[in-house]
Amino acid sequence: MAEMLKAMTALGANEPVSVTVGPVTVTERFDVALASVAARRGRMAELGAAAKVAGLPLPGPARFLAGTPYSTYWVAPEMWFVEADLASHEMIATTLKDALGDAASVTEQTDAWVCLDLAAPDLAPLLERLCNVDFSGVPDGHATRTMLEHLGCYLIKHGPGAARLYGPRSSAKSLLHALEVAAMSAF
Amino acid sequence: MTQSHRIAGGQIDRSKTLRFTFDGIPYQGHPGDTLASALLANGVRLMGRSFKYHRPRGPLSAGSEEPNALVELRTGGRQEPNTRATVAELFDGLEANSQNRWPSLRFDALSINDRLNTFFAAGFYYKTFMWPKAFWEKVYEPIIRRAAGLGSVSREEDPDAYDKGFLHCDLLVIGAGPAGLMAALTAGRAGKRVILADEDFALGGRLNAETLTVGGAAGGDWAAGVVAELATLANVRLMARTTVIGAFDHGIYGAVERVSDHLAVPVIGKPRQVLWRIYSKRAILAAGAIERPIAFENNDRPGIMLAGALRAYANRWGVKAGERVAVFTNNDDGLRTAADLKSKGVEVAAVIDGRDGAEVIDTSGRLGLKSIRVRHSNGRIEDIRVDALGVSGGWNPNVNIHSHHRSRPVWDAAIAGFVPGNDGPPGLVVAGAAAGFLSTHGALRTGRDAAIAALGLTGAAPDLPEAEDAPVCITPLWHVNHGKGRAWIDQQNDVTVKDVKLAKQENFTSVEHMKRYTTLGMATDQGKTGNVIGLAVMAELTGRSIPETGTTIYRPPYTPVAMGALAGRSRGKDFKPYRLTPSHHWATEQGAVFVEVGNWLRTQWVPKAGETEWRQSVDREVLATRKSVGICDVTTLGKIDIQGTDAGAFLDRVYANTFSTLAVGKCRYGLMLREDGIVYDDGTTARMGEHEYVMTTTTANAVTVFRHLEFCRQCLWPDMDVQLISTTEAWAQFSVAGPNARKLLEKLVDQDISDAAFPYMGAGNVTVCGGLRARLFRISFSGELAYEIAVPTRYGDALLREMLARGAEYEPIVYGTEALGVMRIEKGHVAGGELNGQSTALHMGLGKMVSKKKDSIGMVLSQREGLADPDGYRLVGVKPVDPNGRLTAGSHFLAIGAAPVAANDGGWLTSKVYSPHIGCDIALGYLKGGNAKIGSRMRAVNLVGGTDTEVEIVSPHFFDPDGERLRG
Amino acid sequence: MIIHHPILGPRDAQEFVYLGDASLIDRPDGMTAGVEAFHEYLYQRTNPAGEHQELWYHEQGDRSWLVITRNTVTHEITKVELARDVARSRGRSQ
Repeated sequence: MAEMLKAMTALGANEPVSVTVGPVTVTERFDVALASVAARRGRMAELGAAAKVAGLPLPGPARFLAGTPYSTYWVAPEMWFVEADLASHEMIATTLKDALGDAASVTEQTDAWVCLDLAAPDLAPLLERLCNVDFSGVPDGHATRTMLEHLGCYLIKHGPGAARLYGPRSSAKSLLHALEVAAMSAF
Repeated sequence: MTQSHRIAGGQIDRSKTLRFTFDGIPYQGHPGDTLASALLANGVRLMGRSFKYHRPRGPLSAGSEEPNALVELRTGGRQEPNTRATVAELFDGLEANSQNRWPSLRFDALSINDRLNTFFAAGFYYKTFMWPKAFWEKVYEPIIRRAAGLGSVSREEDPDAYDKGFLHCDLLVIGAGPAGLMAALTAGRAGKRVILADEDFALGGRLNAETLTVGGAAGGDWAAGVVAELATLANVRLMARTTVIGAFDHGIYGAVERVSDHLAVPVIGKPRQVLWRIYSKRAILAAGAIERPIAFENNDRPGIMLAGALRAYANRWGVKAGERVAVFTNNDDGLRTAADLKSKGVEVAAVIDGRDGAEVIDTSGRLGLKSIRVRHSNGRIEDIRVDALGVSGGWNPNVNIHSHHRSRPVWDAAIAGFVPGNDGPPGLVVAGAAAGFLSTHGALRTGRDAAIAALGLTGAAPDLPEAEDAPVCITPLWHVNHGKGRAWIDQQNDVTVKDVKLAKQENFTSVEHMKRYTTLGMATDQGKTGNVIGLAVMAELTGRSIPETGTTIYRPPYTPVAMGALAGRSRGKDFKPYRLTPSHHWATEQGAVFVEVGNWLRTQWVPKAGETEWRQSVDREVLATRKSVGICDVTTLGKIDIQGTDAGAFLDRVYANTFSTLAVGKCRYGLMLREDGIVYDDGTTARMGEHEYVMTTTTANAVTVFRHLEFCRQCLWPDMDVQLISTTEAWAQFSVAGPNARKLLEKLVDQDISDAAFPYMGAGNVTVCGGLRARLFRISFSGELAYEIAVPTRYGDALLREMLARGAEYEPIVYGTEALGVMRIEKGHVAGGELNGQSTALHMGLGKMVSKKKDSIGMVLSQREGLADPDGYRLVGVKPVDPNGRLTAGSHFLAIGAAPVAANDGGWLTSKVYSPHIGCDIALGYLKGGNAKIGSRMRAVNLVGGTDTEVEIVSPHFFDPDGERLRG
Repeated sequence: MIIHHPILGPRDAQEFVYLGDASLIDRPDGMTAGVEAFHEYLYQRTNPAGEHQELWYHEQGDRSWLVITRNTVTHEITKVELARDVARSRGRSQ
């Protein structure tokens, strides 16, 4: 699709960027489709049933749940962000609308965010210089919104040394800069 | 130079030598030294001049309570004033300088102030520099600043970075002396997450400064052993060089970690300091106690120091402060100093024990102590030649942080000191000397017990090692009654017993008044050594008890904090994150000029070759757009996705006009009011489906409008079926405006967008370039035939290039915010200058948009008498009568011939541009009774800019008032 | 300050935006109430030294509006509720 137009990554390149500073590697993900799903008023039960059929987990507050084809994290009461592989879900919002019917409000979010995977043997020393999340204290699968260098981000813990960070796309460069500086400082 | 005063022992590494300079003179010290200990080791006692009288001063203490030995460390951009030599860790190459002296420390011209001391008594500022008023700023203040100062700043940019960070723990232990170590060990062994913070670079607190034993080992060795065990525990974080600066609400503590202050230059990438925000479930204050001096005449000479400091220098740093010393004490602890020094081979000439009735009544030695005058209990007066004197007036438990929430400490007569009250910050327990338990055993026991109590531990606790448990034997002695000379209470601020007497005489008897009147307890040390003496003297003078007299309020920070630490990384280009538009790369390639709009960098104009002045570019962009087609990146406008079966009804309530009746596939200009009836925001909102709308907001209000909508949704109408999500960043959106806008877009959009198929105010989902999902809105801010086209943000850059390439035959240009502003003013659209938080729809000529047929935010109060005044402000257009006349935004309307006074003010110009279309300056403005004045002439007067221009009041719609172009 | 969010547990007050008196929930109906009633609603708010019900918005969180009962002198927070629940309990359901 759209062969005529060449996509640009949030960091302003043709290909996703991976940066290593000390033990920390920050990798831009350019293959993740994202959409928000919110239950319509009083329709949670219907949404739950449809989500089950569609392979869409609906985790509780501050939680991430991996699934196929969708992985999901909680963002607000009765509202989730849904991840899928971009290649197969270029039209994630349309696909989800079809699957969930009018029990949910679905909104395309893929391009609203820069998606960064963080990796290091231990990410806590990095993140303690950036945000108030008790990274070593929360369990794997913890998903939270947090402020990171003035930017409202979503942070998902996949392990002590693995996390995914969604930051505002327009500030992708500022966010990466903050991560690089903090990694230099922490390690 | 030889270290003439170095003696055996101490926790210094004699295998390594560190070179440093003080006032340009080279000296040597060892790792483990502070600047003060190293200078004393080299026989240097004179380290500073006092604040007001410029009295020669040496260190009083061996810690952060130091009032005297304030120095400037390092040079150039790294110069740091007012640093306490007593805590400055020595490093090789350190350059330190004394301050508040001219031309030199030994000869200071302003020591004349000392002779004029009667003139400089307490309150002299208030009494002396009053008249004439104009003299204050130009004459008095510069003189005072120069004369009574602390250090100086380099005026160079600090080259180092400062970090901020966040830590979490079950237990924060403040202070790593015996109590803190025991608390950390107890909690650490129980598996709790512990942070142990101490301002010192060596953990152990007083144990490092004493010869006492703990569990049969030297105190310092026991401390090192505990620290070694704690270091092996993954759940314990040891933070040396970390000062907890304040107790904030709900278990949040602030702390400054000095990561690189002990290094000549920070390691690349490392910060100088880190400001930590510590979230603790519980905290233990084990900050120890601070010794206080006794006030007697000339008790401030270099060589006179606290008794505990004198022995700390000997025990911890292997330094004798003098060759021949004396001790003046009112308690048993002072006797330890005499014993320790004697055992180290230092000659102790006398021990003057106030409890026996003996007192030091005066001293001599201009630049350093030479002798003391002692009045024995039998009245005999004796001069004793000594070059160091240790003074102990007792120990004040360090309650500071416990009192940060206004808890008042309570007087404990047994130790003659204030101890923490029971109303401190919730979750904070005090242990050890800070709680008034001044023996080593008391510290160890209460430290362990505090951890058990704070965390509710039930398992086995560590055994208490054997340690001394000596009682406190003290007879209060605040000041010596003798003679008429000055006896210092607060050495940093040069507050003497006389000043407190003067405060009493002038009825400043409350401690807070005394503090302000005398400056007792101000500046960098905040009276850590002097406050209690000051209030004790005031108590004595007023006949009140000490507890009746009370203490002043304690406030954070505990010790001074560098501004850099508070700023963190937020400086220079990193002050705020930038937001870049989808066209940013293209614009950068073109050499566009950017303007900061909030955090956004927007293209302001795009200069072409040969254009030397900004107006050339802007005029060209406007004319080219109106002639053919222009493209502008409008991604920055807020976009909010509003869905749900009540979405239309919800919009009817948050907008002054109606949206529930809007047809699917259409959009409408919306006006949003605040509840007080003032216009809040505006923008177009499109109905994309039966239950799906897309709202646009102004760039500036994107965040606050979203917040407001959530307030309406959750707090006012909690059961409406409405879901909100921001999509501002999800879409790259471009305005394509001009007579050829449609022709250009037809080359990209896959669907029919003819006027019939996609009429004015149409909106819908389309595809571009063969299938890419996109949104198209036929809306116009410029007054031209215009569209806004949006594609997923990742394709924004490519879409712009594609529009320019495919539409080349129409010679499209990209215009920036300036041309955007010109065209909207030509068209009479309101924006920032008009949406000023004071104006109503009526003022803007949009009064009819406020529907009275439905309830909406602000509808009722917009009808208030004052806001509905028919003669109130109305939006008008303004042109200079002389086409060459200049207008300036902010100018006020005056009738021709009227004096420029407030009573004649008719309103003001809100926005002004040069219109290349009309060929002169044009402006919008709010004019009282403006509608009736259209066609008349007035003046636009700017008293600040000195302009006074005769203007014609016209319709705000300068361009295509009937809207024929945008419907074309 | 730490705000114990009913859904998310303890969160730093830095993540929140403060609005003010929770009486702002009690908005009159614009079709029946007049200028006087709206004036009372908008401007006549209490500002006690002591216990106060306040509106806070978790902007850097889950975007919940909360009603927080807080002592303005000691900063002690004794109750935190979802504003939506409070609004419903005050009869604001349609």
